[in-house]
This record gives sequence, C-alpha cells and structure tokens, in this order.
Amino acid sequence: MATTTATTATDATDAADAAAVTYAARVEHVSKSFPAPGTSGGRQLVLDDITLDVAPGEFVTLLGASGCGKSTLLNLVAGLDLPSAGSIRTDGRPALTFQEHALFPWLTAGGNIELALRLRGVPKSERRREAERLLDLVRLRGAYGKRVHELSGGMRQRVALARALAQDSRLLLMDEPFAALDAITRDVLHDELTRVWRETGVSVLFVTHNVREAVRLAQRVVLLSSRPGRIARQWTVGLPHPRRIEDTAVAELSVQITEELRGEIRRHGRH
Amino acid sequence: MAGTDNGIAIDKDGAEDLAGLEAGLDALDSVQVGRTPLRETLIRKVVPPVTAVALVLVVWQLLVWAEVAPAYKLASPSDVWGEVREAWLQGTLLDYIWTSVSRGLLGFLLALAIGTPLGLLVARVKFVRAAVGPILSGLQSLPSVAWVPPAVLWLGLNNSMMYAVILLGAVPSIANGLVAGVDQIPPLFLRAGRTLGATGLREAWHIVMPGALPGYLAGLKQGWAFSWRSLMAAEIIASSPDLGVGLGQLLENGRNNSSMPQVFLAIFLILLVGIAVDLLFFSPLERRVLRRRGLLVAR
Repeated sequence: MATTTATTATDATDAADAAAVTYAARVEHVSKSFPAPGTSGGRQLVLDDITLDVAPGEFVTLLGASGCGKSTLLNLVAGLDLPSAGSIRTDGRPALTFQEHALFPWLTAGGNIELALRLRGVPKSERRREAERLLDLVRLRGAYGKRVHELSGGMRQRVALARALAQDSRLLLMDEPFAALDAITRDVLHDELTRVWRETGVSVLFVTHNVREAVRLAQRVVLLSSRPGRIARQWTVGLPHPRRIEDTAVAELSVQITEELRGEIRRHGRH
Repeated sequence: MAGTDNGIAIDKDGAEDLAGLEAGLDALDSVQVGRTPLRETLIRKVVPPVTAVALVLVVWQLLVWAEVAPAYKLASPSDVWGEVREAWLQGTLLDYIWTSVSRGLLGFLLALAIGTPLGLLVARVKFVRAAVGPILSGLQSLPSVAWVPPAVLWLGLNNSMMYAVILLGAVPSIANGLVAGVDQIPPLFLRAGRTLGATGLREAWHIVMPGALPGYLAGLKQGWAFSWRSLMAAEIIASSPDLGVGLGQLLENGRNNSSMPQVFLAIFLILLVGIAVDLLFFSPLERRVLRRRGLLVAR
C-alpha cells in the first residue's frame, strides 16, 4: 500500500492484506492541523505524527487532558474527517459511540437498532430478531418498544452500545461514552462493557480523560500529550478481569499514570 | 479470543450480581410516563373555550339589546342562526363549505408536494440556500392577496387561478418551516447517522426528515393558514358564476345584498373551518410527535 498522504483505506480485501489482517486499526504517522483562529492562513497542529495499532480483539484506551486531540484522532479513525498527513487503515468500517448517547428520539430503542441494521443491509425479516438479541446482550430485554426519553442515562448508553454493535464492525470506537453518567451507573457500565467486549471479541478504542476508567477497562493505555497531541507513553495493563475501580493494583497504576499526565499538563504552564 | 486472553472469566455469581444491580438502577432511574384521564382532559381543555364562546354570545346579545348600532349594521345572534337554518334547509350550507374546503385542501396538498423538496434543497445545498433562501423568506412576508390581480390576468377567472394564489402563499411557509426544522437538528444526530452509513437520500429520509419534523409541522400549520387566507382573498376578489359559491363568494354576495346576517354567517364559517382543521388535524399531530419524543411537558 502506497504511503501517500491522507489515504484512508477501509477495505480488508486489499491485496497485501488479504491473507490475514493483523490489525483492527492501523494509524501511521498521522498528523492533523486546523486553520488557527485569529490568524490568516496560519494552521494549528492538533495531532503530530501519531503511530498506533489496535490488534484484533484488543481493548485500548486513549488517555489525555483536554486539548490533546483524542476526539480528533477518533474522528479520523471513524472516517468522519481526513488526516493532514499519514495514513489510517481499518478492518472494515468502524462503529462509533458518543459522549451523548446520540439515539434518535423519533425512534424507539428497538427502532434505533433496527435502523443501524437496515443501513447495514440486513433484510427486514431478520431485523426484529437481531435487534432483540442485541438488546438482550446489553441486558435490556424489555426495552424494545421504549422511547429514548423513557430510558435512564445508563440504559440510553447501553442502547447506544447495542446500536453500535448492530453495525457488526470489528472495531468499536467510543468517545467518552460514560463521562456524563453518575459514578454508580458508570461503574456498572464498566463491568457491562468488559463483559460485552469479551463475549463479542470486538476491538475497542476508548477515549477518556479519566485515568481510573482507562486502567479499569483496558489492556493497553495510551497517554497523549497536549497541543500538539503526541503519544507520550504507553502502558500494558496485565491485571486480570473482573477488575474493580477500588482494586489496589488499579489504584497503583492509576497513580503512576496520573503523575505522568500531570507532568504533561504542567509543561504547558511553563511556556 | 479476547475472552480467553485474560485468563479469569467473570464468574457466574458475579454476572448475576451485576444483572441485579443493573436492573435496580434501571428501575430507579427510569422516567414514569402517565397519561391524564379523559375526564380531566375534558374539564381542562373543553370547558374554558366553551365558556369563552358563551361569554361572547352573551355580550353580543347585550349589545344588540342595547341597540348600539342599527339592525342592518349589527345582526343579532338569532338572525345569524336563522341564516344558518335557511342555508341548511336549502341544502346549500355544506356546498359553500365544501367548495372552499376542497379547493383549500387540494391547493395545500400541491403546496406540500412542491414546498417539501424545495425546502430540503434550500436547507441542504449551500448554493441553493444562498440563491433562493432570501427570496423565500421575502415571499413569506408578502400578503398573498397581492398575487390575485396578476393571477387573474395570467390564468383568467378559474380554479387554476385560485390554486396559483394558494401555492404562492403556502409554498414559502412550508419550505421555510422545513429549513428551520433542518437547521435545528443537533449536529450530533447527523454525525451519528453518518457513522451508521446514512448518506445522500438515505440520510435525508432516515435522519434529516424525521429530525426536522417538529419544525416542518410548524411550517405545515402555517402553510395551511396561508392557503386558507389566500383562498378567501381570491374568492372574495374574483367571483364568477362558473366558479360556484365558496365561503369567500358568500361573504361578497352578503355585502352586495347588504345582508348582515349572511356576512356574519360567512365570517363564522371561514373562522370555523380554520379552527376545525387546526384542532382536528394539526394540533393532535403536533402533540403526538412531541409526546413521542418526550418534548411535551405535562403542565
């Protein structure tokens, strides 16, 4: 595959990769800049030379302070935007969930999932059964006919997860999906997401600014520095599941990562 | 494969524990939605307007008794009621209404068929918006009665002329309503739709149109009001024996005959149709859409 700038190849049938796709996402030397506000023609570098692989079935969290471009990187991987330089390849079209659940209020919970199935090309006769299977997977068996406003915050995020899974992608991108939830609900959804990830074998690239969340969920934590976003450090998290947010091992690694993150943030105060 | 990488699986007890915890949270956090009983709805929604109408009738009758104006200027409620009875017994009452309503509805449906794709184009295509958007907004503020003289000259005194006036009045409202509705769709829905694979016409059908529905409905409601007003203006100004007697002509005939009861009758019928269409069609539709989206807060 030619390493021309800003290529986004989303087909797994590419000749070179046809034998075996060894990644769910491959990000190579990706940079992204936006027109800088207040200047004419000036550009602000948001992401600088990011190289990152997500292996099939792997759970990776992208961690960073605000302004590190983690959401920008996720948008690039999702194909919603093009990189200024570098290439991004994914194994099929990835699914994406947002901080707000982004469920369509004119559809029921089941209807939202069925729309995803319909847009994927699943025939009408199979949609209902598949939607119910997915709702069952996130333990919302009875929520099929519920309207979005009738669901609690945690239930909405689970329906959003089920809708993302309905795309049958091999890569699930999650942009701070639990940031707006209360602590108890978030903790339960962490367990839930871990369970769904292990049951489905989907790869997850999960963006967060919450260190403990990153450690609790991931097999690998990637720390991004801010302005521009570069990969500062990576940790492999070998802790067994189930993990708890209050586990000593989770806390210890969190402390270490938090120190690093604070160092990154402090650097900006010195300029 | 991911499941086996980590060695320890979540044990069964843990899973059941989680399921129970989750069910508890769901029950605590869910919103309970109830509907008000019919009796209460009747008392709250029907009694006040009926009282208001009764009050107007009483004041009207008092004014007639006080003889504030001569009888040929101020018809009494009973005179107008006599006019209604007469028209009903002659079998012409429903004809008047139907002549106008059928014209109004057909004109409105035509405006719908033209205004909807036009609104979608203006909302979604930048060039079209820059080109047509300001004209559309301008047309909305032009009283559609201004189109009657040119329509008569272009098309003559016939039904086509009526429809032309209705279209010129209603199409801008419907298109503008849709544009406003599309502009109010949260960008998140469009992004979510795109990640689900909705692009082009599929995006328009599955995401943009349903997302814009509340604004679109408001535009339709206004479009109907404009259709009805335009039609009445056209009927009053352009009367011809070939056109049949609609409510506008009835009003004009009343003026020519100096018959105040007939004038009042025509005005009441015009008002009645306007209110009925809103009350029986648009309001329930709007409430239904808003309630389904959880946007209707019970007061």
